[in-house]
Parts: sequence; structure tokens; C-alpha cells
Amino acid sequence: MKWITAWRRRPWAGYAVVLAALAIIGVAYAGVSPRTDQAQASDAAASQQDVAKGKALFNQACSSCHGANAEGTKNAPSLLGVGAASVDFQVSTGRMPAMNLGAQVPRKKPIFNEEQTRQLAAYIASLGGGPGVPSKDQVNPDTGDAAMGGKLFRANCAQCHNFAGSGGALTGGKYAPPLDKATPRQIYEAMITGPQAMPVFNDTTVTPEQKRAIIAYVTQTRAEPNPGGSGLGRVGPVAEGLVGWLVGIGLMVVAAVWLTAKKPKKKQQND
Amino acid sequence: MSTTTPPKAIDGAIGYADERFAIAGFLRAKSKKVFGDHWSFMLGEIALYSFVILLLSGVFLTLWFKPSMSEVVYHGSYTKLNGVSVSEAYDSTLRISFDVRGGLLMRQIHHWAAVLFLASTMVHLLRIFFTGAYRKPREINWLIGIVMFTIAILEGLFGYSLPDDLLSGTGLRITQGVLQSIPLVGTYLFYFAFGDAFPGHDFIPRLYTIHVLLIPGLLLALVVAHLMIMWFQSHTQFPGKGRSNNTVTGKAFFPVFLIKTNAFMLFTFAVIAGLATFAQINPIWLFGPYTPDSITAGSQPDFYMGFLEGALRIMPNWETNLWGHTVSWNVMIPALVPLGLIMTGAAVWPFIEQWATGDRKIHNFADRPRNAPFRTAVGMTTVAFYGLLWLAGGNDIIADKFHVSLYATTWFFRFTIVIGPVIAFFVTKRICLGLQGKDADVLHHGVESGKIMRLPNGEFIEVHEPASEEEAAVLQGKDLLPAPELEEAEDENGVPAPSARGPLGKVRKNLNRAFAPDEVSVDGHGEGHHETGPHDDEQLASDGVETGGGKAISRH
Repeated sequence: MKWITAWRRRPWAGYAVVLAALAIIGVAYAGVSPRTDQAQASDAAASQQDVAKGKALFNQACSSCHGANAEGTKNAPSLLGVGAASVDFQVSTGRMPAMNLGAQVPRKKPIFNEEQTRQLAAYIASLGGGPGVPSKDQVNPDTGDAAMGGKLFRANCAQCHNFAGSGGALTGGKYAPPLDKATPRQIYEAMITGPQAMPVFNDTTVTPEQKRAIIAYVTQTRAEPNPGGSGLGRVGPVAEGLVGWLVGIGLMVVAAVWLTAKKPKKKQQND
Repeated sequence: MSTTTPPKAIDGAIGYADERFAIAGFLRAKSKKVFGDHWSFMLGEIALYSFVILLLSGVFLTLWFKPSMSEVVYHGSYTKLNGVSVSEAYDSTLRISFDVRGGLLMRQIHHWAAVLFLASTMVHLLRIFFTGAYRKPREINWLIGIVMFTIAILEGLFGYSLPDDLLSGTGLRITQGVLQSIPLVGTYLFYFAFGDAFPGHDFIPRLYTIHVLLIPGLLLALVVAHLMIMWFQSHTQFPGKGRSNNTVTGKAFFPVFLIKTNAFMLFTFAVIAGLATFAQINPIWLFGPYTPDSITAGSQPDFYMGFLEGALRIMPNWETNLWGHTVSWNVMIPALVPLGLIMTGAAVWPFIEQWATGDRKIHNFADRPRNAPFRTAVGMTTVAFYGLLWLAGGNDIIADKFHVSLYATTWFFRFTIVIGPVIAFFVTKRICLGLQGKDADVLHHGVESGKIMRLPNGEFIEVHEPASEEEAAVLQGKDLLPAPELEEAEDENGVPAPSARGPLGKVRKNLNRAFAPDEVSVDGHGEGHHETGPHDDEQLASDGVETGGGKAISRH
């Protein structure tokens, strides 16, 4: 243990200890904190008629909050008339079934596969009303006009989701999520159903063609490389200021310290 | 310096110039000018060299930028905006970014240099403040610095506004609101500046002229004055062995300082070029063109305007209606008060300090911040005030990235903007006094040597060795203002002098007391005190640092 004795008096020893402690705490915290995105899939399988199967799934996974007949409880809203699009959005983004009810339910790995999602949607749709799941053609980004989509996005979406769809804060702990993972279908469904804090953009406000344009803008923007280097999260000047201070001023101070450093005195060898 | 003849290349060049301009004597004298050698003395140079880069890259950008609000349809390399109606300003900025060779790099160099320019100006200003380097005879240069800082902020705002992208327009919209919030003349001021209803066609060309001509010219003139005054007055220095208030210690301008500062210039270029290469800044193509019906989450100004943005964000929505006119406190106060407090406060500070301490001496020593606890504490109070406002300007990003409620951040900053600076004041002062106490302790008792000695009675003690000469000189270099007393504050009967009467006199007296009440003496060194070995109990007890709450250490 002699090296510890020797090292602990070095000038950097204190910093090293603090750094090590921070690392240990960070790793420990990451290990202990619950993983919201690794929920276990319930093992519902088998195939019947979609509606019947969907009802079975609903009873299993949803009814405890939404009520035995989807009529809603004090914990969760009624699902009568919300339509298949809403179910498809909530379940395929993993938001439903929710793990715990905070200000907003986060996106996570979906619990149900595509078929089960369809069955659930069919069951809720059978209870009456609501928009259906859009067709592949309706959400095809390749047929959308990205330039028009950009204009619509800046006028209707950027105020919450940020100019590049990086997300932003809303009131009361809610937030507009980043659009980096949303599929074209989910973007369309979000617009017609208005999940959580989001308003509904129905087909008279934003026509189906305009919705396709917005989808084209979102998918192109997120796929587009950053010509100027790292995008710094595409959150605007806050990140730029942080980098300017930490990297820019940081490096310059290091350079200044280096340039003005005194040569360490060499020990006299002979005399 | 060595006495050998200079290398032929230099000799020849100087000889050539000397034969024509009789310049050798001048150069010989000037090249011996001595510059202090401390890393913090180089911070201002970052600003200087960033400014050079700003001028050079700015000239490049003017070759293509069109300061015009005329509407054109974009048809360029960035296909995602194809067919969108934009202003010529935005169109030409997109062209610089995507169609001019090296244009994007130059734009990013220009913008990163601006960030670095303002950031280094701020750290340079803080260095000057905390070391008291603004004291006589350098007050005028301090004022020049404050003026440069202020107009540099304006210059940055104008540059940020020129491309007419979504963030530019949002910033201009706030500028409009600020102008209009000024009572009585607001509307007139706004129309005078913008010439038309917002955004209008006049403002961008006007901004452009100010941005590329007026302010850079002013800055250049002030930079020259700043440097010439600095050269003439010589740099301050930290206390140290063999240094005095009347001499400057350091490296000669030629060749050592010149080489160092050139290296530093290249470092600045490298850091800015590196940032511009690897980190995207102000991606106006992502922001999109400005239209008054659009807004984006994360609408922030560049960092140096952040404290104003923060003030605006945490300001309660107060308005009063007087005789049919609305007074918008909610815009006017955040726009004018923090800026006014900080800039005016900084500008008058040297004179307040002189007035309060009665100290009119020439100061060529830079104080160590701990040795001026009141000043340092006031400085940290301002830093806390500024920093909290600055953070509040990014509250939506903070709320989003750290998963806290947006309103919670607003309320947090509303309270801490009052409490935070107060805490900063007292904590800083305690730390300064603690550090002074530590210095005094090192001087009086020496440095822990790590050697353990056992006394005959069985007691273990650690042997202290006296501080090295260099270290002791630094510690004793405290500017021993004889605790700057106001002359004749009271006569022998306790009657205050005329100058100390009245409200102003009382303020002065209180300030005077604030500047120097709990100084820790360091001049007890070398009065026959045992520097090594054990000290007896009564000496330990008489050491007032631990027990006396930072009051003066008794001499022993």
C-alpha cells in the first residue's frame, strides 16, 4: 500500500478521489434506479377473432385502470369513442399500458406486438367512434412536400417540439417528446388524436396532404446530417453557449496556464 | 537579456528600418518592456485575438451577405426549403452556408469567435475586478473595458439578428417589445428604429451598417486605446519575492512575451477553427425563415444575452394602466434593470471604492482576491445574480433535459435571484477570511512537514517547517493598506467630522467599515517566533483564527 501513501499527497489526489466517488455513485444509481424501458412483456398469445382477443388483452392489461368495459375510472379516462388510431399510438409507442402515472407517460419499449396492438385497437374501435388507423399511403413520407411541411411545422409544431423536433418543456412537468423515434404512422396518429398534452389537429385544420408534408419534414430533418459538425443536440444557443464556455474558454485557459507555467526546478545533480 | 548581438535576420531588418525611420532606439526601448507572467493575465488576449478573427471572417461574409428584407423564393442546394418564400438576407445566408466554398466554415468561425470574444471578455473583466486591477491609475482603462463589453453585447445581438432566421426574428420581436415598453417615447423609438410595422424593410439594412461598420470601428478604436493605455501604465503583477509597487517583474516584450503571445494567438485561432469544424453553430437552415406566426421551443439568444432572457422569463406579469397608457413593467424591468445594475455598478465601482476607502494611492500590485474580502464578496454577489439570470434564460432546456417542471424552475429562480446573491456574499467573505487565516497560519507556524516527532513526555507533534521565501513573499504581499481609515472621521471628543455627517456620510462610513474590518494581519512574521517545532498551548489559544470568527490574529 505504499503507493497510496505516495499518491495521496499529490496535488491531483483530491480531484481523483472526488471523480472516483462521483463515478461510483453514478454507476450505483444507474444500477438501482428502476428501468422504465425494460418492462416484461405479458405472455398473452393465441389467436381468435381480433375483437374477442383484444378484449381478453384489455381485461388483462388495461382494465385495472380503464375499467372492465373501458368506461374509465378515476385513475384513467374512458376509452369509449377514442378510436383505433389512439390505441395504436398509445400501445405501439409503449406508453400504454403505463407503468406509473406521473405528469406524463413516457415512451418506452412496447409491451404488445403488432398483432396484439391491432387486436386491442379492434376491440376499442368496436365500442364505437373515433378515428381509425391511417393507411400506409396516408403516412408515406416520400409523397409529402417537405418544404410545405417545414412551414407547417414551424407554425404548428415547433413551439413545443422545437425547430428540429428535439422536444421541449411544457407546463406542469409535461413535455413535448423528441420526434426522433416516432414512426410516420405514429406522427399521423398523434396529430389526429392529440395524445396527452398535444392538441388535436383534425383534417380541417391540417389536411391529410399537409399531415403527409409534416411527416416528410420530420423524417427528412431527423435523417439529415449536420453539415457543420456535431449538432449539439439541435436545441439551439443554450448548447452552443455551454460548449463555447466549457470547450472554448476551457481550452484557452489550459493553453494560457501551459504558456505561463514555470519550468520545474531541476534538482542539482553535481555540486 | 543577453548581451550578444542579435541574429543577422533581425539585425538586418531593424537596420533597414532604422536607416529610414531612425527607429532602432525606439524599438530597443520598447522591446525591453516587461510583461507579467501569469496565466490569468492572458485572458484579455483571447478577446483581442477573437476580435481579429471576427474582423477577418466578417469581411469574408460581407462579400456574399445581402442585408435586405425583399422577398425571394429560395432555390438553392438545401432542397428542404425549395420554393419557400424567404427574405434576401436569409436567402443569402443559406447561400453562404451551402453554395459558397468554405462559406459554412467561415460562418461558424465568425459565430464561434463571437461566442469566445464575449466569453473571454467576461472572464477578463472578472480577473481585473477580483484582483483590484482597476484601481488607480487604471480606472479609465476599466471604463473603456466596460464600454467595449456593452457595445460588444449589442454587436453580438445585431449579428444574431441579421440572417432573418426564426431565432433572429424572435430576438427582434423581443427587441421591439423592449423598445415599446419604454414609457412615453417607446412607440416613437420603435418607429424610429424599425421605420415601419414589424418587421419592416428598414431595420435589417440599418442593423447591417451598424454591425459591420459603426460598432467594429468603435471597438477597434477602443481596443487600440485599451492596449496603449495598458502598455503605457504597465501591467499589474501579483506580489512575490523581490517585487515592489514601483517595478514590474516579468518577461521582456521581445523576444519572450512576443513569442508567447503569438503562440497564444495561434491557440485562439486553433480553438475557434476547431470548434467551427466540429461543432455546428446557428444552423439557420434548421431554424427556418422568420415569419411572425412561427415560434420554436428553445428560442434562446446567444449566451451573452442569456441573462436578459432569464430576467424576462422569471419576471411576474405586472402592468399598470395610467391615463389610458399601459406601463409594461413586465418587459421594461427585466430589459433594463439587470443590465443597468451590472454595467453601471461595474462602471462606478472603482470610484465608489476610492470614495469609501479614501485610498488614492497608485496600485501596481494585483490583489489576491482573498485579501480584499468585501470586494471579492461583492463580485461573487454579482456573479451569482448574473449567473442565476443566465440559467433562468435556459429554464426550458433545463426543465426538459433534467426532467423537472418548467414552472418549478421559474419559481426556483424567482426566489434564488434574491436569496442566491446574499448567500454568495456571505459564503465568499467567509472563504476569503478563512484563506487569509490559513495564510497567516502558514506565515506564523510554517507548513506541515509530514514529520512526526515524539516529545519526552510522550506527546506526538507534527513538525512545521517555515514557508519558503517565495511563498512567504506572496503571502506577505498583501497590500497593507493601513486599514484605510477616513481621515478625521471623528475628533477626540467623538464628534463626527462634517464629511461623515448626513446620509451620504453615513453610507461612506459604513462602506468604509465594510471594506476593511476583519483583515487578518500577516506581518507578525519574523518577530522571534519559533517557526519549527512545537508551540506551546498558550500560543495556540491566542491564535484567533479558529476561535475569533475571522477577527484579526494577534501578533505574537
